[in-house]
Amino acid sequence: MNTKAAHSGSGPTQSGRPARLSLADWMPKIVMAPTVIMTVVCIYGYMIWTAVLSFTGSRMLPSYNFVGLDQYERLFNNDRWMVALGNLGVFGGLFILICLFLGVTLAIFLDQKIRAEGAIRTIYLYPMAISFIVTGTAWKWLLNPTNGLEKMMIDFGFEDFKFDWLINPDMVVYCLVIAAVWQASGFVMALFLAGLRGVDGDLIKAAHLDGASTFTTYRRVILPSLKPVFFSALVILSHIAIKSFDLVAALTNGGPGYSSDLPANFMYAHTFTRSQIGLGSASAMVMLGCVLAILIPYLYSELRGERHE
Amino acid sequence: MSNHTVRRKTSGLDKALRVALYTVLLVVAAFYLMPFIVMLLTSLKDVEEIRSGTLLSLPAVLNFDSWSKAWSSACTGSSCDGISPFFMNSFQIVLPAVAISTLLGAINGYVISLWKFRGSDVFFAALLVGCFIPFQVILLPMARTLGWLGIANTTTGLVFVHVVYGVAFTTLFFRNFYQSIPGELVKAARLDGAGFFTIFYRIILPVSTPIIVVTVIWQFTQIWNDFLFGVAFSGFDTQPVTVALNNLVNTSFGGKEYNVDMAAAIIAALPTLAVYVFAGKYFVRGLTAGAVKG
Repeated sequence: MNTKAAHSGSGPTQSGRPARLSLADWMPKIVMAPTVIMTVVCIYGYMIWTAVLSFTGSRMLPSYNFVGLDQYERLFNNDRWMVALGNLGVFGGLFILICLFLGVTLAIFLDQKIRAEGAIRTIYLYPMAISFIVTGTAWKWLLNPTNGLEKMMIDFGFEDFKFDWLINPDMVVYCLVIAAVWQASGFVMALFLAGLRGVDGDLIKAAHLDGASTFTTYRRVILPSLKPVFFSALVILSHIAIKSFDLVAALTNGGPGYSSDLPANFMYAHTFTRSQIGLGSASAMVMLGCVLAILIPYLYSELRGERHE
Repeated sequence: MSNHTVRRKTSGLDKALRVALYTVLLVVAAFYLMPFIVMLLTSLKDVEEIRSGTLLSLPAVLNFDSWSKAWSSACTGSSCDGISPFFMNSFQIVLPAVAISTLLGAINGYVISLWKFRGSDVFFAALLVGCFIPFQVILLPMARTLGWLGIANTTTGLVFVHVVYGVAFTTLFFRNFYQSIPGELVKAARLDGAGFFTIFYRIILPVSTPIIVVTVIWQFTQIWNDFLFGVAFSGFDTQPVTVALNNLVNTSFGGKEYNVDMAAAIIAALPTLAVYVFAGKYFVRGLTAGAVKG
């Protein structure tokens, strides 16, 4: 008997059970039933439904005249979709990289016995409590060329200061990056800080006894042990990037033109306002593919790790 | 807890490094604080003052007109009753959705960790996928379903949607928490004749307070901050505050009242900010519970 028994599934149902099955034996299954039904229907069923629609010529209403891969072909010949996909690459890549960099750096800095650490942590993390709609509204005001930062810098005496990214089709996607990083980087910092605090203290003491400097200890001992945190943060951030919809809606509304569209906004527009259900479904399936490409290796390693515990 | 840095003799270099460290931390803090400060300052100025001053100039007098306008008379879409009706809508959606999804999560977590049956682990893995799918992939079928059920554009419909897609997270939280409860405890109670629900009420629930708090806070912020489901599944009368805020900011062309926009944005953010300020510890735990296995 040890504490591990709880993890190896020695639940009550596996103890010597009486031959007669009573209502009590069915209870666990009965109470789980609503969730099982909801999951099977509303997650997997709907996923398949959308997949089926993506192979049809559905326009304003779902129809079931199958057209093979036509919608996918249309999708990848669609300029707006390619812009949205390219934006996702730029936005997602920068967003993830900057958040990870800021998150790790700030966590290490905060780990140096900082005075008022609690207050600083609170400031870094509060944007995560706020809706992307509010975030978008706030940054729209800050980045507005006639009233926002540009005007402030000009009033400060930098008369040639120009900052018009929000209305510049080539630069607008970076506005999304700024706002999204503001929102999510504190969260990554919190993840890494929690990870740092969980590193085995003996390991660090041993490194110091061997004469390693603080810098070397971080580089050689502490950071490598944070690989799982790093991986989790990566998965969560990519998930946020791929499903980002509200930030675009509030900050740029996809504009100028459709230069700041992301796939999520493309999908919504085509499915709900442009009567292109088949095309919208195909775009949703591509988004799902992106998420699964990241998620499956992650879940695989997580579950495998559990078995080795 | 942080015993990482070993105390050393402070040299000049160390002191310089400390100063640099604090400088960086404070500059970054300013970056995080600035949008909120600007929002607050802007909401307290009148339109004329906004035009003449800069983002960070202080308002001449404290002027809460824009707040009352945002609350009760600003125009969102076709009506001009401010965002207060939508603020109430959000509560009407959030409260039942949080309660139901938390309860389901607790029961599911209890079964998955202490009453495992054949296939329950596989089901849990299948459910977890629900935490990560992009919701775009279920939007259209869900819209059709809500129509068939006759709850399209209603608060009930939105509650339903939030429960369905919240249960994956709540189950994950409770399952991870209950995983540490020894199976022997349940076995012993069973030998004493306690049934499924008795064990839940008498043994499991009394120790669940911390995870209930975390789950409720997580669900509250998630559902309050939702925009996608709100915009896809609500009618004008049942819009949550996020949708109303977006309408308010994006439709008031002509004489743009930035002070009203900012006041409305702060109002829409207040409930979750309040949760963060008063229960920050649990908020962070909720954020990390889904990410790092506890």
